[in-house]
Amino acid sequence: MTRQNPILRVENITKSFGGEPILKGVNLSLGKGEIKILIGPSGGGKSTFLQCMNCLISPDSGKYWLEEKPVDITSKKVLYHYRQQVGMIFQDFNLFDHLTALDNVTLALRKVKGMDKKAAARRAMTELSQVGLEDKIRLYPAELSGGQKQRVAIARALAMDPKVLLLDEPTSALDPDLTGEVIDVIRNLAKKGMTMVMATHQISLIRTLADEILFMEAGFVVEQGSPKALLVPGTRSQGFCDKLNSLSGEGPE
Amino acid sequence: MISPFFQELLEALNRGLIMSMALILPSAAGGVLVGIMAGCLRAFGDTFFRKICDTYAAIFRGTPLVVQLFILYFGLPNIGIYLTPYAAAVTGFILCSGAYQSEYVRGALLAIKRNQYLGAQALGLTKFQSIFWIIVPQAMRKALPGCGNEVIYLIKYSSLAYIVTFMELTGEGKTLATEYFRFTEVFAVIGLYYLALVSMAIFVLKKIEKTLHIPGFGKG
Ligand SMILES: Nc1ncnc2c1ncn2[C@@H]1O[C@H](COP(=O)(O)OP(=O)(O)OP(=O)(O)O)[C@@H](O)[C@H]1O
Ligand SMILES: [Mg+2]
Repeated sequence: MTRQNPILRVENITKSFGGEPILKGVNLSLGKGEIKILIGPSGGGKSTFLQCMNCLISPDSGKYWLEEKPVDITSKKVLYHYRQQVGMIFQDFNLFDHLTALDNVTLALRKVKGMDKKAAARRAMTELSQVGLEDKIRLYPAELSGGQKQRVAIARALAMDPKVLLLDEPTSALDPDLTGEVIDVIRNLAKKGMTMVMATHQISLIRTLADEILFMEAGFVVEQGSPKALLVPGTRSQGFCDKLNSLSGEGPE
Repeated sequence: MISPFFQELLEALNRGLIMSMALILPSAAGGVLVGIMAGCLRAFGDTFFRKICDTYAAIFRGTPLVVQLFILYFGLPNIGIYLTPYAAAVTGFILCSGAYQSEYVRGALLAIKRNQYLGAQALGLTKFQSIFWIIVPQAMRKALPGCGNEVIYLIKYSSLAYIVTFMELTGEGKTLATEYFRFTEVFAVIGLYYLALVSMAIFVLKKIEKTLHIPGFGKG
């Protein structure tokens, strides 16, 4: 069902840093409502790839299609419009430190989407309630816990009505007892049919949410397939998950 | 009840005080403005403007203010530019103060973490919007103590205006001190006047700092 209408497609993304190739030609095609999860060893290029997908890092080469229309990322105007439609969640939240939770969400609604103050606040309230933070809207980032910060960041991204959400290890910077609240929000998004690409080491998310797993190593996707197909003895992906299991002490489920 | 000498002194100093204020207020405002513009260009401008502003800051931070004032007032007439003492003093103060302010502004802009910029870009803000709505408001808060300090310096070095024959607080006092040969009293009182000016400036700066305060911002 996902084959015929990719909502976002990138092809042959390459990127070098200081002559060192980090991405060596990565492709990805995302169907509507599909969830792809990137795993792999540290330094494999997951973050670089995710940031290339919305051109926060400009790739050395690569082609982009959004809803099958080619995206000319060399045009600033096209790029700014493209980024509105491809939301991003960062490991370190990247909330605006000088703005309240509410204003973190309203800023882009007002400055990018041109909404008036009231409409933006209303929309922001809806999104912040969705992530259970309606009573924290007046607080500044420094007054929020890590889990709350990440939920504000998710509300901020969703308020832009993105067609795709990119998530780079959304729970990695959190204390273990705070990951649950963020995982719940992500599960909820999945249930509502949000299209996502997520790098994560959270084994429970990998197993239960992924339509497809991409195992990245040294700038390549070296394994790709459904959890059923990939998480079987003998694959790199299974080996990687076993290691995560023994590290986190979660044990096989 | 108050001796004629002190009466004359206070009259002269009050006259000078008004002149000093007329120097300080536009110079401080102009210095901050120039500093913000030059600081932004030094941090984010293209190579051409960055080089120009770097050079400007290097020259005006690298030479004594006295020299700058002399050139503005006594040097420029050689190329046909005549400035009044007041204009020469204010121009010199704005340029000198702006050079220092640009250093604080630039430092603060570059100190804002890159993740703030990335967060803005990811939402589709343009480069200009990201700088204007995210980086600048944060940098402003970080730069405030340094910029405030520079304003306080300006209050004190405004006394150099008398060397381009502009009669402000110090100039008035010095004239009187020479006339009566009573340096200690005169300069003690002048000192008190500057202390009062600086205290007022600190009060205003504290108020601004309080208005702009954000819980937890700038810690860590
Ligand atoms: N701005 C940069 N300049 C130079 N090298 C970089 C830069 N960003 C990333 N790299 C290098 O690119 C490689 C891939 O980094 P990347 O962050 O994409 O890996 P990752 O798969 O996300 O790893 P992790 O699991 O640790 O997050 C690393 O070797 C890193 O050192
Ligand atoms: Mg990473």
